[in-house]
Amino acid sequence: MNLTLKIWRQKDSNAKGQMVDYKVTDISEHMSFLEMMDVLNEQLVNTGEEPVAFDHDCREGICGMCSMYINGEAHGPDRGITTCQLHMRMFNDGDTITIEPFRAAAFPVIKDLVVDRMAFERIQQAGGYISVNTSGNTQDANSIPISKHAADEAMDAATCIGCGACVATCKNSSAMLFVGAKVSQYALLPQGQVEAADRVKNMVAQMDLEGFGNCTNTGACEIECPKGISLDNIARMNRELMKANIS
Amino acid sequence: MALDSKVPKGPIKDKWTDYKNHIDLVNPANKRHIDVIVVGTGLAGGSAAATLAELGYNVKAFAYQDSPRRAHSIAAQGGINAAKNYQGDGDSTYRLFYDTVKGGDYRSREANVHRLAEVSANIIDQCVAQGVPFARDYGGLLDNRSFGGVLVSRTFYAKGQTGQQLLLGAYSAMNRQIARGKIEMFNRHEMLDVVKVDGKARGIITRNLITGEIERHSAHAVVIATGGYGNVYFLSTNAMGSNATAAWKIHKKGAYFANPCYTQIHPTCIPRSGDYQSKLTLMSESLRNDGRIWVPAKIEDAQAIQQGKLKPTDLAEEDRDYYLERRYPAFGNLVPRDVASRAAKERCDAGFGVNATGEAVYLDFAAAIERYGKEQAKIQNIDNPSEEKIYELGQAIVEAKYGNLFQMYEKIVDENPYETPMMIYPATHYTMGGVWVDYNLMTTVEGLYCIGEANFSDHGANRLGASALMQGLADGYFVLPYTIGDYLSDDIRTGKIPTDTKEFEEAEKEVKDRIDFFINNKGTKSVDHFHKRLGKVMWDKVGMARNEKGLKEAMAEIKAIREEFWKEVKVPGSANEMNPELEKAGRVADFLELGELFAKDALVREESCGGHFREESVELDGPQKGEAKRNDKDFAFVSAWEYKGEPADAVLHKEELEFNDIELKQRSYK
Repeated sequence: MNLTLKIWRQKDSNAKGQMVDYKVTDISEHMSFLEMMDVLNEQLVNTGEEPVAFDHDCREGICGMCSMYINGEAHGPDRGITTCQLHMRMFNDGDTITIEPFRAAAFPVIKDLVVDRMAFERIQQAGGYISVNTSGNTQDANSIPISKHAADEAMDAATCIGCGACVATCKNSSAMLFVGAKVSQYALLPQGQVEAADRVKNMVAQMDLEGFGNCTNTGACEIECPKGISLDNIARMNRELMKANIS
Repeated sequence: MALDSKVPKGPIKDKWTDYKNHIDLVNPANKRHIDVIVVGTGLAGGSAAATLAELGYNVKAFAYQDSPRRAHSIAAQGGINAAKNYQGDGDSTYRLFYDTVKGGDYRSREANVHRLAEVSANIIDQCVAQGVPFARDYGGLLDNRSFGGVLVSRTFYAKGQTGQQLLLGAYSAMNRQIARGKIEMFNRHEMLDVVKVDGKARGIITRNLITGEIERHSAHAVVIATGGYGNVYFLSTNAMGSNATAAWKIHKKGAYFANPCYTQIHPTCIPRSGDYQSKLTLMSESLRNDGRIWVPAKIEDAQAIQQGKLKPTDLAEEDRDYYLERRYPAFGNLVPRDVASRAAKERCDAGFGVNATGEAVYLDFAAAIERYGKEQAKIQNIDNPSEEKIYELGQAIVEAKYGNLFQMYEKIVDENPYETPMMIYPATHYTMGGVWVDYNLMTTVEGLYCIGEANFSDHGANRLGASALMQGLADGYFVLPYTIGDYLSDDIRTGKIPTDTKEFEEAEKEVKDRIDFFINNKGTKSVDHFHKRLGKVMWDKVGMARNEKGLKEAMAEIKAIREEFWKEVKVPGSANEMNPELEKAGRVADFLELGELFAKDALVREESCGGHFREESVELDGPQKGEAKRNDKDFAFVSAWEYKGEPADAVLHKEELEFNDIELKQRSYK
């Protein structure tokens, strides 16, 4: 198929960006979206132009690196996937596709489609861990049984890949799905109880400091999340925060 | 230089304990005067960085991604082995040790493998304490599954995302140390050289991938944890950015490179679909617990399927050839990876492949769905369940176990694997070879360590499933923190290593010159153009089956591609900005050297062992007819290559392998 691409080009974080049109031809429907971008970049290199910079790595939907906003949707027009798992069979011959970076005040553009997600790192550093040393001299792994239900729910929360689609999707640029997922994983496990109150307070404080907006329960984040992280995690985080603040 | 593995004396089961009792320690007050650089933040690097910081060293950690959480360990699906014997099925430290040495086709170092088996159980304790949500049974205890090449269930897992959860565990431990200021994290930085001062590794040169700035970083020791070199094939299950540059740079500065020809071609990957393909996707080995692998028994059926005239579900049971179950009745679909991959290639080469390219076999879950369905019907007291009900109940179980993998498959191939068998084919997945290290995990350069997939030590010629995660975390959490302390105990009075010395200046200049060359070269072809050509030579001639003629051709062809690359490569943009093409150019330049050494190593090893299969070395008769033939008399050694300029001129050093605790015998999975 033949396509017109409207792509955000921005030289660096200080430069003013703009949408630029490109044409690609003979795109196979079996290609992944990023393979289509490879074709475009090969074309640009061969004509001496600078290729489009975009983040990507594992190309199997788990590293969380890829971060394109395609036709107004984080990771494009399919559900439960990252950009690298989006396939061209979702598009039609002759389509015009708009490709932008994930946009949020807390995610400044570095170049073209690459954004800076260090805010997520700082939130994790504020409390996204259990303070256990790494000596291996802990108790036996089976000494505290954990109900299958709690373990499964913790796993569902822990499956977040930290891509930032929730932030890019939210009209308030809220990171509450991301933070809620990490808070929930530990809140659901006995090992996470000791520091539960400090954890949620510190992570939420850092989240606010980074300039992410608040949650107004629109639920768009849950729909666009490639890993199906549930809004329940935001509710749980709010409960944990309330618990922490009154105890 | 003679190779000294520094394996401690004494009985194998006491070596590690005795070693730990007698090494020199650094007192806590002195640790804060010692700096350690860790390059790569996957399971090995991440766990090492966290633990070294926890102990009190000042750690500088480097990752090319924007966060340690994105290292490719994250993509490991199936699980992690540990000799916990929670299932009471006869597992033990010795058995894990034995399985790993046997699975590696008797080409690994016994003492290292035994130590790995010893610390394996601690890994699970550690990870649970960190909040890793492993799968549990209804009693709340940890669940296990079985992996290829073993007869026990010792694999712990977190759905099909075990690597992700373990990496997030190590990442959380790192975050705690970053917050305490004990780890200084350098994201989006790439190491481009190591700096040696008086023969010791004392720092690295890096490029800031956002600004293009070249930086000098010093430390008392340098740890390389940058993963494997599978992307030398262009197409592999590795991440796009996975590269061998750090490992290759240290090789050029004196670290020997061991067994480059030992590569794991994983049997269960999604087949390639076209020339545009950028990478291959693995379907976890755990699928072989329940999936049955087959091709049509009759060549005319295979041809009809290739032409799209016949569907797999049309074929009756007796017209299917479950070739693994046929050839290896004891292990069936759970033979080790190298055996399963070669068997798939053998059937496809004979014309029985099942997609348009003829390079695919089926992985079928119909039997598992039926078995689970009947089991569930009994559990739920459903009398005389209909076929539909059985299917529905069975599908739910398969979905609970492998749902994310099935979804991944459907998104890529656009077929529903519950209704029609999956198509799979082998792809490059893991490299057992790597930088040579001694028992301390130190390379042949003093103060330079190498851990995880980047080193060669534990998996011999073939790695068993769920053992990579085990090795990465064992090295990082439990082995390196001891061994590096023994070395650093001499450095308590050294003081900060200055970076304004001639050694740093020279290394920096070399790095800058190479970058300038790429930017200024008036070439005509993209970096990917050369990478794809290299990959094709590697796959065709240094892939699943190798022979003398092909390997000699491969060496000459790779050399020719390399020479053309240095004339014709074209890198747009400038050096002082984010420039992904420039990053790729440096990596491919290194692959173009490593590939030739890889072929040379394969040429010298005139035996078949593990993932290395020489067509000249097969059993000609007896019950093992057609199977790979190892030659212990002449090849029970580690090939450690010393850099001498051109890869063809590399000098071979042999570390003879001694097997005192395990009898050398032919691997039989029949």
